[in-house]
Parts: sequence; C-alpha cells; structure tokens
Amino acid sequence: MKTNTLYAIYILWLRQIKRYFRSKSRIIGSLGQPILFLVALGYGLNSVFSASGNGNYIQFLAPGIIAMSILFSAIFSGIEIIWDRQFGFLKETLVAPVSRFTIMFGRTLGGATTASLQGILVLVISLFIGFRPDIADIIPGVIFMVLIAFVFTALGTAIASRLEDMQGFQLIMNFLVMPIFFLSGALFPLNTAPAAIKWIAFFNPLTYGVDGLRAVFTTAAIHSAWTDGIVLTVIALVFVSVGAWMFLKIKA
Amino acid sequence: MSPSDSAISVKNLTKKFGDLTAVDSISFEVPKGITFAFLGPNGAGKTTTIKMLTTLERPTSGSISVNGFDPVKRPADVRRSFGIVFQDASLDDELTAYENMFLHAGLYGVPRAETPGRIKEMLEFVELWDRKDSLVKTFSGGMRRRLEIARGLLHTPAVLFLDEPTVGLDPQTRNHIWSYIKKLNKERGLTVFFTTHYMDEVERTADRVAIVDHGKLIANDTVEGIVKQAGSASLEDAFIKLTGHHIREEEANSKDQFRNMAKAWGRRR
Repeated sequence: MKTNTLYAIYILWLRQIKRYFRSKSRIIGSLGQPILFLVALGYGLNSVFSASGNGNYIQFLAPGIIAMSILFSAIFSGIEIIWDRQFGFLKETLVAPVSRFTIMFGRTLGGATTASLQGILVLVISLFIGFRPDIADIIPGVIFMVLIAFVFTALGTAIASRLEDMQGFQLIMNFLVMPIFFLSGALFPLNTAPAAIKWIAFFNPLTYGVDGLRAVFTTAAIHSAWTDGIVLTVIALVFVSVGAWMFLKIKA
Repeated sequence: MSPSDSAISVKNLTKKFGDLTAVDSISFEVPKGITFAFLGPNGAGKTTTIKMLTTLERPTSGSISVNGFDPVKRPADVRRSFGIVFQDASLDDELTAYENMFLHAGLYGVPRAETPGRIKEMLEFVELWDRKDSLVKTFSGGMRRRLEIARGLLHTPAVLFLDEPTVGLDPQTRNHIWSYIKKLNKERGLTVFFTTHYMDEVERTADRVAIVDHGKLIANDTVEGIVKQAGSASLEDAFIKLTGHHIREEEANSKDQFRNMAKAWGRRR
C-alpha cells in the first residue's frame, strides 16, 4: 500500500518532467522574459543604481529575476490542472485508486521540480550577463529555488482547483502574480522603499524567496538566510496543505 | 437473482443538484458477464448515474454496489474493480501511447514486473502496438478511443464502463471497437455497461437494455422485450415512443465553450 502511494507520486512526477522536457518551445519561450529583464534593466539601470550608492545592479537584480522565473513557471504548472480538467486527463487520475492527496502531491512535486530547473537555467544565463555568485553558494541557492517553487506550485494548484476555465487566468496574472513579483523587492531595494510597499512586501511570500537568494548569493539581504528559509518553509507547508484541501474538493 | 450474481446493483438511487433532481430513485441490477445498455435522451441522467457508479459523484440517497463494494464507503476497492472510457477525451496528449498506459499501470498498482507484458498485450489487442511510441496528439479519434479502451482494461477490471464510446466515429471504427468489446465480453466474462445514442449498436450487442428519462427508469428489459412492450417495429421506434419526440436542449457548459474556443485558436500549446 505504502509503496504503491510512493510509486504513484513518482509516476505523476515523471509525467510533469516528461512534459517539461518535451515542450522545448515553452522552455525557450519562458527564458525570453528573464533574459530581457536582465539585459534591459540590468544594463539600463546599472549606472543609476550604482550612482546612488547601492553597488552593482546586476548583482542585485539577478536573484530577483531568478525568483521571478520560478514564480511564473511554478504558478503556471499549478494552473495546468485547469487544462487537465478541460481536456479530460484529470478524470483519469480522479477515478484511479489513489488518494487525492497523492495526486496533488505528485503533481506539485513535478511542477516544483520543473520550476526549479527553470530557475537554475536562469541562474546559468545570468552568469553570462555578469552575475558573479560564489561557487559555494550554488547549493544553498538551489535550496531556496526549490522552496520558492514549492510555495508557488502549491498556490497555483489551490487557485486552479477553484477556477472553472482559463478565462480567470488573466485575472490571476494581473492581480496576483504580477503584484507578487513587483512588490517583492525583486527589482528595487525594500529598505529604502515607501512604508506602504514595505508593508505589502512583508506579507508577500516571494519577498523571502528573493531575500533568501540574495542572502546566499550576495550581501544585499535584509534578513538572514535562516530567517528567510524558515519563513519560506512554513509558507510552503501551509500552501501545500491548502492546495491539497482545495484539490480534495475538485470536481471532475 | 441474489446480489452476488450482480456486477452492479442499484437501489433507489437519487441525485439532486439544488432543486434539480438529475436521478430520481432508480433501481436496477446488472448480472455478471452481460452487456448492459443504459439509454436515454440527452440530460436524462445517464452520465450522472455513471459518475455515481464510478465514485466521481456522491449519491444524495439510495445505495450502490459495484463488484460487491459501496462506492461511497470503499471508493478505492470500487476503482480497482472497474475500467472506464469516458464520454470525452481523457488521455494525456503530450505523452506517447505507451506512456499513457504506463502511467495508468502505476496509478492502479499493476505489479511492475507484469506491467510491460500487459501493456504489450493490450496494445496489440487494439492494434496500436506499432504506434506505441507516437505522441497521442498525433492520433485520430478512433485511435484515441482504442487506446482508452486498452487503458481501461490494463488493470484487468471486472466491469468496463463505456460512456458513448463510439460518438463521432465512422462505421468502420465503430464496428472495430465493438468487435474488441464483444470479444472481451465473451472470452473473459467482462461485464460491459455502456451508453450510446446509436440504437443499431444496442440491437447488435446488448443483452439487456435500461432506458432512463427525466431521471427515472422507464424500461429495463431485453431488446426484444422493449420493442414488444412499446409495440413498435424497432428499438429506435420504441425508444422514441417511450421518451417522446421532444428534443432535449442541453446548455453548453463551460467545458464545451472552452473546447470550442480552443478549437478556434487552433491546437493548444
């Protein structure tokens, strides 16, 4: 029984991985935006940023853009449940003799893995654009990427469990995902930001992901890596539970 | 008939969605090993009944037994005991035929040592073995249906549910699909529970026929019995006589709208 559940989780994880590597156009397509942000903002704003005494902007920006690409990729793979429902595959999993939690967890694991891979790809690209982290920081950096990926894949799953179709997707992108990105300190330092933005950022899960990546890769972080790590882990656990609970009530 | 001879046993089954009674206190038995046609106009309650039999909906009241298990109390046992071909697609387009089968085997706990052999056997049975490594998105409607049947049988269920398995297929493919199903029914004693709007399929294949309309069971007999009961020349005439000439309008749900939109936009992704 136990091994069956684990194997089912593995099978569902494998499905996500296969789909990810098969859609080469999607991988390349989703790299366009982070590259554009790194080049246009990184080079464009570097002189202004360093003139105001904040140091090299690319060093500051790269962790934010890595977090962004994970955020988008993770939310999207969670939201894919809507596609699965519309095109029927979801029913195949819902009549299978495995628990809803197993299905949700396998999917989330797969989505989080592909989102993390996306983050690692952007990290590699940022090296060519001028980002210079320590080699020793790569492993803790990847741990943060995985945490961010889990938080937002679970969030995507929770949202998708409630949405009937893709019509609501634009709404989610513009009123949830974009604000999460722009108000996380990914693009600008939060310690000099207006109080209102600071306040919003305090409740934004991505803030701790971006800050955590900065804490391990650079020296520009607000909190310690441990603080960020613990906050993110707690949020990940809460979101996976909420996602599972929402998925439990999903209708075929 | 004792309940142990029944693959499916339904008593006073009712399902309400708010004010709407989709299924209204229906009762019937499906003996083991027969081919059972479950007919009715659109919106009569066929799909809702299948959803309750296959654990996807909870009944409002009444009792169900599928292969001796109650879908409400022991969903996992019920799920292991049946295979299903849904009314609409349920394959993963981005995976190959083999991968779809493999995934199914994993979800149903088919012993791993037996999995490759069984997949081969089932894919050969529906004549798709030579296409096992093709992505499903390259498959025609008929090939998808055959693959869904092969997949539904992979975990050797005792009952196979088919919800309009031949809709939108040409006569050649329909004949093909029914020849597979009848073969399994004869050779392995598989109980087949199906819905369709093609009365010729029912006349040729069904051992027993049940007709539902407005959520109620209005006939449950052999094909000959129903034709005789209605005093008509054919099953189609009997069907119309029993359920009336009125055309049932089903509102397009968000799924249909979405599919149409997806079609208008060309292939997804």
